[in-house]
Formats: sequence, structure tokens, C-alpha cells
Amino acid sequence: MSKPKVGYSRRALLRTGGAALAASAFPAPMLWAQDTKDIVLRQFGTGVSNLNDVAQKVKEDLGFTLEMTALDSDSVTQRAATQPDSFDIADIEYWICKKVWPTGNLQAMDTSKIANYDRIVGIFKSGKLTPESEIAQGTAPHTVGFVDGPDGTEFATEDTGWMTLIPTIYNADTLGIRPDLIGRPIESWTELLNPEFAGKASILDISSIGIMDMAMVCEAMGEIQYGDKGNMTRDEIDRTIAIFTEAKQNGQFRAFWKTFDESVNLMASGEVVIQSMWSPAITAVKSRGIDCVYQPLKEGYRSWGGGIGLSKSLSGMELDAAYDYINWYLSGWVGGYLMRQGYYSAVPETSKEFMSENEWGYWFEGKEATDVITSPTGDTLAQAGEVRDGGSFYDRMGSVACWNAVMDENQYMVRKWNEFIAA
Amino acid sequence: MRLTNRHLLGWLEAAPLTLVLLAFLAAPIAMIVIVSFWGATEFSIYPAFQFDNYEFLFSSPVTYRVFGATLKYAFVTWALTLSIGFTVAYFLAFHIRSQTVQIALFLVCTIPFWTSNIIRMISWIPFLGRNGIANQTLISWGVIDAPLEWLLYSDFSVILAFVHLYTLFMVVPIFNTMMRIDRSLLEAARDNGASGFQTLRHVILPLTKPGIMIGTIFVVTLVMGDFITVRFMSGSQRANVGRLISNDIGLLQYPSAAATAVVLLCTVLIVIAILLRFVNIRKEL
Repeated sequence: MSKPKVGYSRRALLRTGGAALAASAFPAPMLWAQDTKDIVLRQFGTGVSNLNDVAQKVKEDLGFTLEMTALDSDSVTQRAATQPDSFDIADIEYWICKKVWPTGNLQAMDTSKIANYDRIVGIFKSGKLTPESEIAQGTAPHTVGFVDGPDGTEFATEDTGWMTLIPTIYNADTLGIRPDLIGRPIESWTELLNPEFAGKASILDISSIGIMDMAMVCEAMGEIQYGDKGNMTRDEIDRTIAIFTEAKQNGQFRAFWKTFDESVNLMASGEVVIQSMWSPAITAVKSRGIDCVYQPLKEGYRSWGGGIGLSKSLSGMELDAAYDYINWYLSGWVGGYLMRQGYYSAVPETSKEFMSENEWGYWFEGKEATDVITSPTGDTLAQAGEVRDGGSFYDRMGSVACWNAVMDENQYMVRKWNEFIAA
Repeated sequence: MRLTNRHLLGWLEAAPLTLVLLAFLAAPIAMIVIVSFWGATEFSIYPAFQFDNYEFLFSSPVTYRVFGATLKYAFVTWALTLSIGFTVAYFLAFHIRSQTVQIALFLVCTIPFWTSNIIRMISWIPFLGRNGIANQTLISWGVIDAPLEWLLYSDFSVILAFVHLYTLFMVVPIFNTMMRIDRSLLEAARDNGASGFQTLRHVILPLTKPGIMIGTIFVVTLVMGDFITVRFMSGSQRANVGRLISNDIGLLQYPSAAATAVVLLCTVLIVIAILLRFVNIRKEL
């Protein structure tokens, strides 16, 4: 067969021949290898999941080229909202969806084309991890996960078969600490503002996430009872910022961080001993031989989830390739790669096949490691006998207190945040 | 056809530069001014003519505090870079007799510029940190008992980085003007019985004024627009106007960022206008 024009309809092709039978039995679109090798998909997202290893594996397994651009969270939002033609695949977080979806730069995805759709964990479909679990506060992924139809602009409240983002990666965040410099157990979010750590604490300077950490602290202190930490009233915002501004003026914080490496350096150099942190940053500190713990706290976790969105302008062969990519993404290799760094995959079952029994036990089931646990790049993360912080998948994801969010009063919050930074 | 009209020829000669300036300087600034009157929602900006952005800017105490901080950084950095820059240039121009040595030493001044701004700045962080080289050295000398916390993530570290980054912008123009000073003027001053200080004050300083002024404009505009130094060296704990703008851009608040940028631009222009009242650069050059 000669090379088809870009933009041909897969359905038209299927109707023409016997390939239809084979292809419809397997819902992923089948592409001709000699054509796919010319396809280039441009993906951008945060450094968390935009890894060259993934791009290489895509080339090996699927044949087409994936160009990765890793940006910081703010730039990701900017790019998705303002430069629709600069990408084919947006690897973004669910809370950003609330800002980006109304711009119309993304297209909804047909879940019937997703082979492993039924095996995606409940958090992303109904909001519930298990049928009994309570839905956490904030922008829970399922609330921005669906739209009415292919051209829907409003978020749907239930599974409609049209997804905004296909979930790929998520985790439960908490505070990172230096146990060697603290020397006592840390159990609550309140410790972030404990005067004992004056000049040695830090939070992140990304307002929509930072305010959630603040809220966890203020609630734990008993100072504020929030209706919904992920959607505060102006009064709640004022009171939250006021508490932290006072702490800032009393010299509680050493610095604020905005990028991954800043948080690693602050912790590794001993400038701070307690701070909001991301799990791979803990790994990075540990791999320098410095003791660092991702401390589970009794009030629970602040969680986030990321997914893959498709550009509105994607069509034809490229669109089919993108669906191929999504199906491949959920089929286990990437899941295993991510889970061996401490994140969770949207379809944990498939990742299991790409992990050793020891790794699966340690990362997912919260069991003691039976052997050394290494990262995908070969760094030692844990020795035999160690257990993962926070326990098993269900313990960790079951203790999520809130999701990263965009509030109705977001603009007001941002202005107050600027005041906090300038105070 | 021969171009005989002098005016037409003049216009033609000026046209390329005019077009470049219009396209890459005037048009973007005009755009920023226009956008600063627009409105914004969470995810879009819409054309309108409203004063909301300015209203918020001028009614917020943050604005005044941040502009205050910006001017403070500019002034302190200016004072320090001027005294260091002037001293260095003076030494190079009047104490080094051999021109070869002069050029060699001048090149030495530029060595820090062989690496990027960001690297020069970030390398201060491990040096000044709580367990950094500076603190460890001071402790081992017995000067202090506990690490000095204010060395890093403070106004001190911000200004230190600014001075480090921008002193050369003072040295170069001052050195340049000093080299043009007619040496016979210095001899005349000495012959008339002026002391070294009197010569410096009444001969060298007035003649160096254009260089100082050019250096000042460099340093002040650079410091007032720099946001990355403030962010890194203060550990995000301080803010200047540049950071306000970069925060706004990060949060897609382009109109608000544009309004702040317009106010900053006006402030810088006013500062330069005041500076130019003291020296007529065109005449002096």
C-alpha cells in the first residue's frame, strides 16, 4: 500500500477490507509501520513524567517519534492555554485542566478506544478509590475528568465516555524532613510552623499548591475549619495567609522554592530541615547519601494527578498515533517505570508485569523489601528490610485529605499570595 | 535617476534603523501599553478599555512596598558599584603606567563574564549557606560561634550578587572617560599646588561625570528590571517589581503584568530623566 495522505479517516480504511475484522477485535488503531516512522508527536509537561527514557521506548515499541519538552508547572499552564499549535500532547495536571479546558485547545477523548479503560483506578472515574472511600476535598480528578461529548465545554459530573485527560500518574504528597537534624518523630502538619524550626522551614512558591499546604497546616493547628480547602472563601484565604505572613515575619522560613532542584538543594545542604516536597526530590536527596524522609502525617496527604490531553488540532494519522501512544502508556511499561520511582500508575495491574515481585511488594503493597530497591536509573533507594513511607497503595491513596485545586477565588488568592511573598 | 534631494536621501538613510526600531521597540511597547488596559479572566484575556489593572496596582500596599524595595536595591547597588567601579577604574587609568599591563588588568576584570549570569549567581549559594565555605571559615578562625544566617537568603545576599554581577558595567564607562582625560590637566593641577584629593575632586571627578552617568544608567536599569537574582538570592523571600511581573505572567495575568511593566518603565524613565538633568551626555561625549 502506498503511503496514505495524512488526515485519512481510520474508519474509512477499516470499512474497505478484511483488516476491519482484526482491527475491531483490538480497539487500538493499527497503523502501517512505514508511515508511523515519519510521525512526530510533540509532548510537553513537567519534568516529573517527561522523560527521555519514555520517548526512546516509544520509538522502539511504536515506531514514531515523541519529542519531549519538560517545563515548570506555571509554564505548562501557559503553554497549554496560549500556544495550542505548539504541541500535540499535553501532559498536564488535573487541577490545571480547570484553567486550560475552557480555552478550547484540547479535544475530548473517546474512552471506547482506550483498551485498559475499565482497569483505570476508581479515583479518576468516580472519585472513589474503593466503593466505601470518601471523596477528598479540592479539584478531585474525576470532577474535571469528563465532558458531555467530543465538543463538550462543560465538565460532566459522571462518566460520559469522553475524557478530558487520560490519567497517567499521581501521588500523595506530604512534608519532607531531615530526621538526622530533627531527631524526634514528626506526626502533624503543624510542625511546619513550629518555632523549633524557625529559619529552617520552607514551602513552595507555587500559589495553588502552596495554599493547600498552608491550609493543611492551619487546619491541623485548629486555627481554621475550612468548608473545602480546595475552594476557599475570601475570608478563609485572608486568615490562612495572615497566619503564614506572621510566621514569615517571625523568620520561620529559610527560603521558598519553585523548582525541583531548589527543593533538593535546600534539603541536602541543611538550609531547611522541614519543607513541602515532592517524592522524587526526596529520592534525589537520599541518593546523595543524606537521610531524608517523606513523612506521613496524621491529617493525611495532599494529592495530585496528571494525565495526557490531546491538542484540538490533532487529527488523522497523528490522532491515531496519539491513541496508540495512550494505549501503550497504560499497558504497563511506563507504569512500572513511574511506580519504581514512587509514583502510581493509573492502571497499576498492568505495571505489575514490568516490576519484580520485590518491587511490587515494596512500592504497591507496602511490604518489606526483600532485596535492594533501585530506581529505574539504577540508584539505590532502599535496602532489604525497609518499608515504603506511608505503607501500601490503599493506605496512602486512602488517606488523601485534598487534591491540588483551582479555586473560584483563584485570582484573589494569587494576589494575596503575592502579598505574602512581598511581606 | 539620480537622487539629488538631500532630504530624501537623508530619510532613506535613516529608514532601515527607523523601521527596525519601530518594529522591535516601539510596537512591542505600544502593545504592552494597550494590553495593560485589557481585562483578564483565569484563562483568557479580553480586549477592553478599563482601568482595573492600574486601579488595583495603585491601591495595593504591596505595590508600594515592592517599588520601595526595587528602588532600595537600585540605590544601594548603585552606591556600591560606583565606589568599587570608580576605584578600580582610577587605579587602572592613573596608577598603571604601562599600557600592556593596563589592558591585561582590564581583561582580568572581565573574567567573571566568561560564564553565564545565572551560574555566577548560583555559585554564591553554597558559598554563603549555613554550612557553606564562608561560615565554616569564619567558625574555624574563631570569629563566630554559630553560622551567620543572614549571609544567604537576605537583602545582603541579593545586593552582594547584584554588585558582583554589575560592577563591570560601572568600570568600563568610567575607565573609558578617565582615559580621555588630558594628562596635562593633572600636571597643571599639581603645579598649582593641588593635593591628590583636590585633583580628584576638582579635575578628575567632573571630567569623569559622563562615564559615571552611563554606568549609572546601566546599573540602575539592570537592577530595576532583574527578577531572577532577587528570586534566587533571597530564596523567593523578597520581591521586586520584576518578580511581580514574572509572577503575573506565570499565572496568565498578562494585562496585570503589562500594567506593572508600564509603571516600571515610567519609573525607570523618570529616574533616567532626573539623572540626565545633572549631565548632558551628548555634549560631554
